[in-house]
Amino acid sequence: MRYLPKSDEERRQMLAEIGAAAIDDLFSSIPAEYRLERDLTVPRQQAESEIVDYFRAAGQKNATDYASFLGAGAYRHYRPVIIDALVQRGEFLTSYTPYQAEITQGTLQAIFEFQTMIAELTGMDVANASMYDGSTGAAEAVMMAVRVTSRSKAVVASTVHPEYREVLATYAKHQGLPTSLVGYDAEIGRIDLAALDAAVSAETAAVLVQSPNFFGVIEDIPAIAAIAHAKGALLIVSIAEAVSLGIVRPPVEADIVSMEAQSFGVALSYGGPFCGVIAAKEQFVRQMPGRLAGQTVDGAGNRGFVLTLATREQHIRREKATSNICTNQALVALMATIFLAVYGKEGIRELAEHNLAKADYAAKTLAVHQGAKLRFKGAPRFHEFVLQTEEAPAAWGRRLLENKIVGGIELSRWYPELHNCTLWCATEVVTRERIDAAAKVLATEAVEA
Amino acid sequence: MTTNANSPQARSAGPRTLGKVRPHQTQNEALLFEKSSPGKRAYKLPPLDVPAVDAVKLLGAARRTTPGLLPELSEIEIIRHFTRLSTWNYAIDLGMYPLGSCTMKYNPRVNELVARIEGLAEAHPYRPESLAQGILEIFDLLQRCLLDITGMDAITLQPAAGAHGEFTGILLTRAWHESQGNPRKKIIIPDSAHGTNPATAAIVGYTVENLKSNSDGGIDLEALTRQVDGETAALMLTNPSTLGVFESQIHKIADILHAKGALLYMDGANMNALVGKVRPGDFGVDVMHLNLHKTFSTPHGGGGPGSGPVACKAFLEPFLPIPVLVRDQKGEEPCPDAGDWEDTNAEPTADGCPPLFRAPILKPDGERVGDTGPLPLHPFGGPLHWDYNRPQSVGRVRAFYGNTGMFIRALAYILANGPDGLRQTTEDAVLNANYIRKKLEDVYELPYKTASMHEVVFSDKRQAARGVKTGDIAKRLIDYGFHPYTVSFPLIVHGALMIEPTESESREELDLFVAAMRSIAREVEENPELVKTAPHSTRVSRLDEVQAARKPILRWKPQT
Repeated sequence: MRYLPKSDEERRQMLAEIGAAAIDDLFSSIPAEYRLERDLTVPRQQAESEIVDYFRAAGQKNATDYASFLGAGAYRHYRPVIIDALVQRGEFLTSYTPYQAEITQGTLQAIFEFQTMIAELTGMDVANASMYDGSTGAAEAVMMAVRVTSRSKAVVASTVHPEYREVLATYAKHQGLPTSLVGYDAEIGRIDLAALDAAVSAETAAVLVQSPNFFGVIEDIPAIAAIAHAKGALLIVSIAEAVSLGIVRPPVEADIVSMEAQSFGVALSYGGPFCGVIAAKEQFVRQMPGRLAGQTVDGAGNRGFVLTLATREQHIRREKATSNICTNQALVALMATIFLAVYGKEGIRELAEHNLAKADYAAKTLAVHQGAKLRFKGAPRFHEFVLQTEEAPAAWGRRLLENKIVGGIELSRWYPELHNCTLWCATEVVTRERIDAAAKVLATEAVEA
Repeated sequence: MTTNANSPQARSAGPRTLGKVRPHQTQNEALLFEKSSPGKRAYKLPPLDVPAVDAVKLLGAARRTTPGLLPELSEIEIIRHFTRLSTWNYAIDLGMYPLGSCTMKYNPRVNELVARIEGLAEAHPYRPESLAQGILEIFDLLQRCLLDITGMDAITLQPAAGAHGEFTGILLTRAWHESQGNPRKKIIIPDSAHGTNPATAAIVGYTVENLKSNSDGGIDLEALTRQVDGETAALMLTNPSTLGVFESQIHKIADILHAKGALLYMDGANMNALVGKVRPGDFGVDVMHLNLHKTFSTPHGGGGPGSGPVACKAFLEPFLPIPVLVRDQKGEEPCPDAGDWEDTNAEPTADGCPPLFRAPILKPDGERVGDTGPLPLHPFGGPLHWDYNRPQSVGRVRAFYGNTGMFIRALAYILANGPDGLRQTTEDAVLNANYIRKKLEDVYELPYKTASMHEVVFSDKRQAARGVKTGDIAKRLIDYGFHPYTVSFPLIVHGALMIEPTESESREELDLFVAAMRSIAREVEENPELVKTAPHSTRVSRLDEVQAARKPILRWKPQT
């Protein structure tokens, strides 16, 4: 076995030194009737070249040369090469959670930089070291608001990512945390403010909205905050598309921001690992879930970083902890940190502008032909848009696939009222040529039909 | 006289060497923000091939007017920044990392390569299933491997980490009890358990009842019998325990629980002691989680990402989180060419079986393997799809399907090992822990004499008499070139030193570790101050954690 650094002779010597006659002596505490007396039914040992071949073939079976207009909480942006070069350094890759600060200053300083960047971008005071993803982060943010306010109800916008809402429902179910859903304005695709105002009460711990929302529409955060705060509820803003913060006003009126940072240099990887993160106003920091890196000094006065405020966490507080989270997404957060260092203050804006332009062009181009129209035109959006077609999406979707294009995702799966509506995304990596090609396929065949 | 660099007299390190290490020179490095200066760039976007837009017009009041204070740097500065930071970290790649319960084993590099293959890394989670069959086959093969390894009937890969897996497993437990008419009220947790166990039980709405360990550090059967009643939902048991001890009465534990209708949940954190030797499904476990980032070699990455699949018995299957991976009905027929071991160069067939999956499965002696041999990479032919129509499901525990990148790595690890390698891995992990125990038990107190599996727990009792605590010994280990063991855990051992070497350590590295631990024990006798003020060789000395917590500085701010 190539990963095992021992010869059989060494094993024999070590057993002899231990005083065991055979290796199975060391397993004698396992009752004999339970010991596995056969080989496991797993594939036989593969050579490294066979492993590479297996996964390459699996990748090819996936089909790689398709243009994609898919977004909906998972976004394809260009990933600078240095991200993978740096995160594959063994000192980052094969290190554990930085509990021993003296020999993990690299990880700790990088987390501190991540926390700073996330706070800067979201307009919050502090950010944690990461959560599993945007969905669990949103659920944990709601639970955090319950602790802060000592109230036990949540109001959720139906324009929050449907899978995030499902995860919240799973978490809320056993905590006596009822949630009520507020719909959207059918014209502009933003949360229905009047309905929100009616839904929020003195028992509401938090209002959870997403911006840009699931339709790509940017919510009116100041107006939503005013409604939430008037009743003493906290406002939680979920951000599924982090790159939007390059050009979209940060939700400074929010009390907590839960963000999915996948867009910052993290591969799609069929949905994970991604990188959630929770940011908040400073006064709520002691109710935050997850790890926090803080700055301090050593005995000689040198600056250093440590994991701090650990009394919130499960390994200290056990059942009274703010969350059960232990392992987080540290290496993915490092990817995001490197991504943000590469783009920097100006680059993140320029990148966001490119996304804005691509989506604007794609929306106009795809909606131009007969039988297609753009929904939710009355509010600003970032790089996603909803297209409604006369023809069923399943029909034109097949035609697009024949042309190696994956079109928008059908919304009726989550919103039955949005018949024949699809959610499209155009990031900076989508070319004009592919947008034009998609529009042509949509239009040509529709005429023939 | 100058020593020839190639001669045996050439020393491998300087006079201050302690075992395998000497003080490591590291470079200073400021924060990214402190290095920034306006106008520097590390990026270049391609020319925009669509008309530029006026953000003011498009976004109006929703436009950002004040940019975030991100740093402005060139590419070489970023490379140097993170490279320098990396040199301040200890890592498995540098040496033994004996953190008990964390299973810091070698992270194979081929895993990193295959996880980055374009067709896998760039796959969008909502791409049509017909375009995702390659990834779904990976999910399926990993699921089948993990089911056989655990001896369970059904599995979900969705949970993002171990604690998330615990959450999922206890949700299944609760859903099943609810289906029986009573969700029940409490979860019993031994006092030796990880903190995540009680934290998880609380999130799922259960009260936590502590179970005191017996004099061997194991489950006290009498106490358990007294505590389990009609309101007990489950016992959360780590097996082997956090002492590294296998619960040899496990079948009785399961019987006591099952007699009262309670379930046995197993925290699989210590599965590295069991793979290929014994299966939780065979000894009475109803539901368990695995940590792919422990047992199955996916990298810890400085704290994550992890992956915490949950495996369960058939009666819990209806409650698994949505979606569940299923193979189409026609897929129950084996791939028509699956038995055609020689036809490896054939074109893909209409059913979508690529030649790869028909590669011959050969034993080392060249004999072909039939139905009873190791699992073929791809024995079935029908397409895979996600099933969302599961009315009894506990719901989703996260968006999409799980940490796919970790599944690829874990499967690559299983493939590299095969059945024989997995068993040998377990045996070596247990051998290493017992070797350390044998070599150190005369100088460090062994509070529980029960047989050790993959880790051994000492206490600082003898050293504490000289005023030196487990935390001090841990810090001194750093000076010898090792990462500390797990300090002061499990809680049932006062002043615990919890050592898990894993299978990845050679005898040479183990001997160096033993020598370091013995040397520190001597230092405690001769010069305790040296140990109490360690580490002495690091970039920073012990950091002021009290100040960090009292006045938290959690982000950089510009000087005003």
